[in-house]
Formats: sequence, structure tokens, C-alpha cells
Amino acid sequence: MLDARILQQLTEIVGSENIAATPQDLICYGYDATQMEFLPDCVVHPDGSEEVSRILKLANQEGFPVFPRGAGSGFTGGALPKGGGVVLVTTRMNRILRIDTDNLVAEVEPGVVTETFQMAVEKLGLFYPPDPASLKFSTLGGNVAECAGGPRAVKYGVTKDFVMGLEVVLPTGEVIRTGGETVKGVVGYDLTKLICGSEGTLGVITKIIFKLLPYPDAKKTMLTVFDSIDGAARAVSTIIKNKIIPTTLEFMDHATLTCVERRFNLGLPDSGRAVLLIEVDGDRELIEKQAGQIHKLIEPLGLVQFRVAKDAAESEELWRVRRLVSPSLRDVNPDKFNEDIVVPRSKVPDVIRRIEVIQKRYDIPIVNFGHAGDGNIHVNIMIDKRVPGELEKAHEAIKEVFQAALDLGGTMSGEHGVGLAKQPYIPMELSADQVAAMKAIKAALDPKNILNPGKMLPV
Amino acid sequence: MTKKQIDPLERVAAEMKKCVKCGACRAHCPAFSTFQREPATARGKVALAQHLCKGDITLDDGTYSAMSKCLLCGSCVEKCPNQVPTDEIVIAAREALAQRRGLTTFHKAVGQVIKNRKVMNFGALAAAVLGPLFFRKVPATSGLRLRFPMPFLGGSRHIPQIAKKPFMKRHPEVIQGEPGKPRIVFFVGCMTNFVYTEIGEATLALFRHLGCTVIIPKGQQCCGLPGMSGGDLDTVRELAEMNLAAMEAHEADYVMTACATCGGALHKLYPLVVGKRNPELKQRLQALADKTVDAAVLLQKLGLAPEETGAGAGMRITYHDPCHHRTAGITKQPRALLNKTPGLELVEMEGADRCCGLGGTFNVYHYESSLDINASKSAAIIATGADAVVTGCPGCIMQLSDGLKQAGDKTKVLHTVELLARKMRR
Ligand SMILES: Cc1cc2nc3c(=O)[nH]c(=O)nc-3n(C[C@H](O)[C@H](O)[C@H](O)COP(=O)(O)OP(=O)(O)OC[C@H]3O[C@@H](n4cnc5c(N)ncnc54)[C@H](O)[C@@H]3O)c2cc1C
Ligand code: SF4
Ligand code: SF4
Repeated sequence: MLDARILQQLTEIVGSENIAATPQDLICYGYDATQMEFLPDCVVHPDGSEEVSRILKLANQEGFPVFPRGAGSGFTGGALPKGGGVVLVTTRMNRILRIDTDNLVAEVEPGVVTETFQMAVEKLGLFYPPDPASLKFSTLGGNVAECAGGPRAVKYGVTKDFVMGLEVVLPTGEVIRTGGETVKGVVGYDLTKLICGSEGTLGVITKIIFKLLPYPDAKKTMLTVFDSIDGAARAVSTIIKNKIIPTTLEFMDHATLTCVERRFNLGLPDSGRAVLLIEVDGDRELIEKQAGQIHKLIEPLGLVQFRVAKDAAESEELWRVRRLVSPSLRDVNPDKFNEDIVVPRSKVPDVIRRIEVIQKRYDIPIVNFGHAGDGNIHVNIMIDKRVPGELEKAHEAIKEVFQAALDLGGTMSGEHGVGLAKQPYIPMELSADQVAAMKAIKAALDPKNILNPGKMLPV
Repeated sequence: MTKKQIDPLERVAAEMKKCVKCGACRAHCPAFSTFQREPATARGKVALAQHLCKGDITLDDGTYSAMSKCLLCGSCVEKCPNQVPTDEIVIAAREALAQRRGLTTFHKAVGQVIKNRKVMNFGALAAAVLGPLFFRKVPATSGLRLRFPMPFLGGSRHIPQIAKKPFMKRHPEVIQGEPGKPRIVFFVGCMTNFVYTEIGEATLALFRHLGCTVIIPKGQQCCGLPGMSGGDLDTVRELAEMNLAAMEAHEADYVMTACATCGGALHKLYPLVVGKRNPELKQRLQALADKTVDAAVLLQKLGLAPEETGAGAGMRITYHDPCHHRTAGITKQPRALLNKTPGLELVEMEGADRCCGLGGTFNVYHYESSLDINASKSAAIIATGADAVVTGCPGCIMQLSDGLKQAGDKTKVLHTVELLARKMRR
């Protein structure tokens, strides 16, 4: 619990409008998309690095924990105030500071919503590719802190590939700048990369400098249906082997298609066992050619349907299949564990096969879809928590899914992070020495362990 | 909390569980867009309602204030990946609140007034005579303001003129049309009856042009939506029954309304708020709901040819979707009618489907926020360079006019029927 004196000091820093501690506020800043819940003692809405710095200095002095929070759309509980403390929300820091069309960089505050930023740069003919499915509501600060990715990662990469520099308030309150806006730069350690994906444990991001690209001339969307999962998986590696890098290679397995079809009746062919949604972008003539090449390459792999969108409206129609996945999953079972393992692209068929075995062994539905182009599969373990024993079964199955990914040279999480949800499994992936090195970094930057304590690294 | 107070929330308990706290509603909730705080989002309200059920928080001022920050616009419901009916959850929470704390003075006044058209006539008359002067002389805090029947008073807002003679007083109950043509019951609604009588006149002219018999039942009341905003569902139920009786008294093919809000009440709210304990009433209200149709939709269905009404005359317009139309799937029909009208150029504004910020009594409690939501609407309208913004709800008309006036803009605000009947004899 925070005493009245600390609350008073926090109020002086952010102003009485921007601090809240009513039961209603505490409840509404105690959840995120994991559906776990931990109530904070108070919520602050600072504006700018100076206020953030003062809050962190006070926290060090008084010894209370601080939890950075963007939109609270995280899938692993990174923003949750476990154990109580102060939630520091970035909503007010939501300005796009500048978009530099000469150097193709932009500087933003962390609370800007991803889509707002994308639209702003697109108006100037520029492109910010990272496109997590949560882009309409997630914040850029949250994206950097989780190193969010999306369907376009196949060609363009993930959030960290676009971060050139940061302004960060360290856990002890010092404000530093990392990186910069030059294309090159090697002076000192690369703290920018260290902060990307650090889940709010090493500093509060208060400004971000992003690299931008020219907006692609055109794009082409294709929906392809295969008669086997293997065919779809081989299609992925065949396309890439032939030196075509699509923007997007989204994959949906049979269980996913059944869900979508049952609810929305999209008229996918009965013989379809897997779908690949493929998108290419770039020069208009080039992508026409690429689309033709792709068709030829995947034709022999058990292709049962190949649809190309003629215009933006048709492209939207094809994307609908992918967008409807999430709402239709509930029909399988009310509760889901959404994991996001990654394997080397060529191992996608193997990992899917191993998941099928796990599914049979535990007798719980597992629905797979995701970004096959970069080997990132969303494994959805669907259970009904009310049924006794299901939850335990799910945990065991998750462990085995992670093991499968690791055995194949992959990782437990491609984009959702560790937070609280995946913490127990960390020793499966990281060695004791790796963890020790990470803990040393954390301890050096945050000696009193006040910034987002208890997250990511096993305690 | 007693059983009775929890009751309304129990009704939606299963629905609340569907919310996975993903946060998608942050992108679509106009209340969040203005307050920028999590308790104003749909998921915040759902979380609070869940804690209410568990008894972790009480129906105190804090919860009351959070629940008041909802326009009941339904955007979150449409966009929610899990179809969580936050609007229904908020209605239930407000009812629980009202049962526990009693209604606020304001909502009590609203309830009393909307339940009795006689009081309303008196109030409307007084207001028409005294005009806006009346309000300038009464301080904002005065209880006198609450006597005024229209629940939409606020500081600097532009109050529309009240009609000298209510629409229903000007017409007989039955206006006979041609034999064999549809018989239509007209649910007028307060805004049309007392303020925007020209919408009523235009509606009448158009359906008479089609040869329909139009019946304006004398016993009809306020639809009750202003009561619902405050959690006064008992008043809504009472009004539902009175309106049902008034409508049922006449043999008709359709129950038609030119107000999106009234349409929403008849179409969705009435069957929703009457519980399973009264199956017979629920069934009759459902039958009424099934018969209810929006004026523009019906005009299109009955084959109105806009070129015959002489509505045209080179005009650039843009169309605003009232929330109660959008959520009922009424977006294409009014546009189709307008597009068929010679000389009219329809340009779409950015975010035509976004709420105007009125939200029942939301704008009484949160006038500044309501204006803030409205400001982006006004900007989008002005950006189209249209001569007029057209819509299907008198409530939106009032809000849009207010916003445009505050922005110092002269764009006209018209109801679809007004535009279509522009050149017709009344
Ligand atoms: C429907 C849905 C779809 C999703 N799809 C994707 C997807 O396709 N790809 C993907 O990668 N993720 C996805 N996510 C997960 C989530 O949206 C991302 O992790 C996102 O980046 C989180 O952003 P946020 O603003 O909500 O951050 P929050 O959830 O508020 O916080 C996430 C973490 O970032 C930290 N943090 C936030 N802001 C700052 C800051 N300024 N400084 C330091 N630390 C900070 C927090 O402490 C926390 O550890 C999805 C989530 C949902 C609900
Ligand atoms: S109401 Fe719907 S959109 Fe909002 S958090 Fe809940 S599930 Fe997500
Ligand atoms: S009904 Fe409208 S205002 Fe209310 S929570 Fe949903 S989106 Fe927000």
C-alpha cells in the first residue's frame, strides 16, 4: 500500500487530473488481454520524460514498484501490476512529433496508437510496415517493448527492425537517448536493441525514432487452398526457395478453416485442408509477374483453389477469411491459450505434425494458424476451464508444444513476449548462464528492482 | 445489495463472461476517444459490471460515473470480436444503480415528464412562448431547468426552437389514403412532435404521395429512451405498454417512425427489457418490433420515385449514419433513395458511421465531452464541402446543428424525408 504522503507527491508530479486511485480505476488498470487480474494501488498518467523521471526517482527513494502500460492489449501480462504498486500509463504521451520526408524518419511518443501512426505516414506516401493484428488499439511504446510483429514481417521484419533510436527513462530516473537517426552508428553498446523487447523491465520508453519506407506502388492478394497441410507448408518453402519474398504468407490449418466455415459460410472447397493467404507488394509490373510465378510454383503441390483479388475490395474480401479466425474460435471451446511459437520456415510441416500428435494424446482441440512465412505459428489450445482437469491438461500440452518448437531449432515466442504467462517455461529455452547474464543487466540498471518487477526472467 | 438490485446484472452475466479484455473496443468507443481513460472503454464497463456482481465494488458514485460515460452507441458491439453486448450490460448496470440509489433528480424529472404528454405539452408551449430567453434567465443550476421536458439542456448549447403547436395537434388521428394502398401507423416521437415538426410534415407528405393511409395514434407517448439512459427501466416498461396499446388499437401493415432513436426503442429495447416472466407481453412487443420500420426504408420498399417529388435541384450533400440505424443495418437504403434523387450529389464524409456524441442523456452529464466527440464529426462534415448534411434521426439533427453552429459553419442539417419532400405541398 502507498501511504498518503507518497500519493501526495505523485499528485504534485502529474497533477490531480492525472492520478487515480478509486476502486473503479484500479479495476480498469488491472487487466490485459491475458484476462489475468492484479489490482494496482494507484494509476498515474504522466506526460513526458521529466514527469516519468520524477516518478521513478520517487519510486527508488520510497521503494514502490512501477509498471509501464500502453493499451493493455498484451497477451502475456507484461503490464499487470502483480503484487501492487503504481501503474504508469502512456496514453497522454500520444503525439507524433515529426515526420521527416527528407530522411524517411519519424519521431513519436510512446502512447501513439499504431494505426494512427501508419495512417499519418501513409498520407505522405510513406510506409511503416509492422502490423500486429492489434494495430487499431495497441501503442507504439507497447509494440517496441514487446517487439511486436505481424503478417508483413516475412518481407519487412518486426518492430525492432524499424527502431533507430529511443528516449528512455532508466529505472533509476535518468533520461537517456539511445541510437539516433543516422542509418549507421556503432559508438557504444546497442542499447536500442536491448530496450526493444525488454517488456518494460529496463526503462520507460518516452520517445521513439522510427525508420520509414516509401509506400509500395501496388499489392496483390491471393487466397490459395491446398488438399493437405503438407502441400501448404511446402508451398511456403518453395516460394521462398525460388527467391520470391512475399509481403505476407498467412497460414490456416484445417481446424481453423472448419471453425471459420461453420460460422461464416465462406464457400471454401470441401477438399481444402489448409489455406495460405499470400500477398506481394512493390512495383506494379513486378508483382503481376510474381503472382503468375507463385501460381505456377504451387500448382503441383495439391492446390485446389487459387483466387486473386482484382482490386482493393476483393483483397479485403480475401483477408476476411483470416480476420474471421479469432471470432470463430470460441465455437470450439470457451477458453483458449494462444501461444506463438516460431520454427525455421522449413520446419513448419514438422512442427504441425508434432502438434497433431500432442492434440491426440491430450484429447484437446488445438487450432493452428499464423505467419507461416516467418515460421511463426499461433497455436491455440482450446479448453473449457469449467471441466475439471482441463486446465492441467492444457498446461502439459503447452509444455510439449514449446518442447516441439525448441527441438526443431525454434523458440517459445515470436512476438507476444514472456511477461507473466510464459515465465515458468523460461528454463526450457534459456540456459542458467543466459538467465544469469540477463539478471545482471537488470540488476545493474534497476538495483532496487522497482521497474516492472517479477516479469520475464524467472524469479 | 439486495437480490432485486443484482437482478438486472444477473440477466447479462453470461454475456459479460464473453469479454476477453482484448482492448479492441478502445479503437471504436467514442466515450474512450474523448475521456482517454480505461473506465470509459467498453471493456472497462464490462469489468466494473463483473466486479459489481462479485460484490467487490458497490453501486456508488464512482461506478455511477463510469457507467454514465457511455453513449449506448453500439460501436463496441459491432466491432467486438466476441460480440459482447456492452450496451445491454451498461443498461443493466444503470438499472441496478437506479434501483439502489434511486434516480437522480434530473432523471426523475425526465421520467415524470416523458410519462405524461400533458405535462410535456404544457412545458413545450411555455418554452415556445418564452423561447431561448427563458433559459438565459434561468441559471444552469436551477431546478427549473429540469421541469423543461426535453432532456438536453446545457451551458452554451444552441437550443432548437420549440414548435408553437405540436405536430400531433395539427392532424387528425387518421388520414385516409387510397383504397388498397398500405395502412401505416406513424410513431411520431417527441423530437418530431415538439421540435422538428417539419420532419413530421415531410413524412406525412411523402406517404400521402404514395397513397397510403397514415394513422397517428393519439395515445402514443415518448418512446422512453431518455428514461433508459438514466436506468429508469420501469418508466421504459410503462411506456412500452402504453405505446403498444396505442399502436395495437389500429389495423395497420406497418408501424413507421422517422426517428432512429424511437425505432431503436420499438425495435430492440422493448422486447429486451420485458422479462421472460411476462411471456404474453413480450410476444406482443416482439410482434410490434417486427412490424416497426424506418421511414426511409419503407419509402424505398414502397417504391418512392424521388424524381417525382421534385426534391432535386443541384445540391451537394453528405450523409450521417445515426447509431440506432447503423446497429439495425440501415445504411444503404437512405443512401439509395438520395442517390436516385436527380441533381443531388452525395459525397461521403470520413467516419460517416461514427457517433455524433448525443447518446441519450450522455450529453447532459458530459456536455463538454459530447461536444468533443461532435467536433470531429463537424470537421468531417465541413471537409466534404457539402451544402447539407442529411440524416435519419432528429436527435442527431439537434446535435449536428449544435456542433456546426459552435464551429461557426453554415452547412444545413436535414432529415432524409425533409430533403425528399422539399418541393412537395404540405
Ligand atoms: C487481438 C489481439 C491481437 C494481437 N495481435 C498481435 C500480433 O499480431 N503481433 C504481436 O506482436 N502482438 C499481438 N498482440 C499482442 C499485443 O497487442 C502487443 O504485444 C502490443 O505490442 C502491446 O501493446 P500495448 O500498447 O497494448 O502494450 P501493453 O499491453 O500495455 O504492454 C505490453 C508491455 O509493454 C510494456 N510497455 C508498454 N509501454 C511501454 C513504454 N512506453 N515503455 C516501456 N515499456 C512499455 C509494458 O510494461 C508491458 O510489459 C495482439 C493482442 C491482441 C489483444
Ligand atoms: S468488449 Fe469486446 S472488444 Fe472490448 S475487450 Fe471485451 S472482448 Fe474485446
Ligand atoms: S456503446 Fe458506444 S460509448 Fe458505450 S461502451 Fe460501447 S462504444 Fe463506448
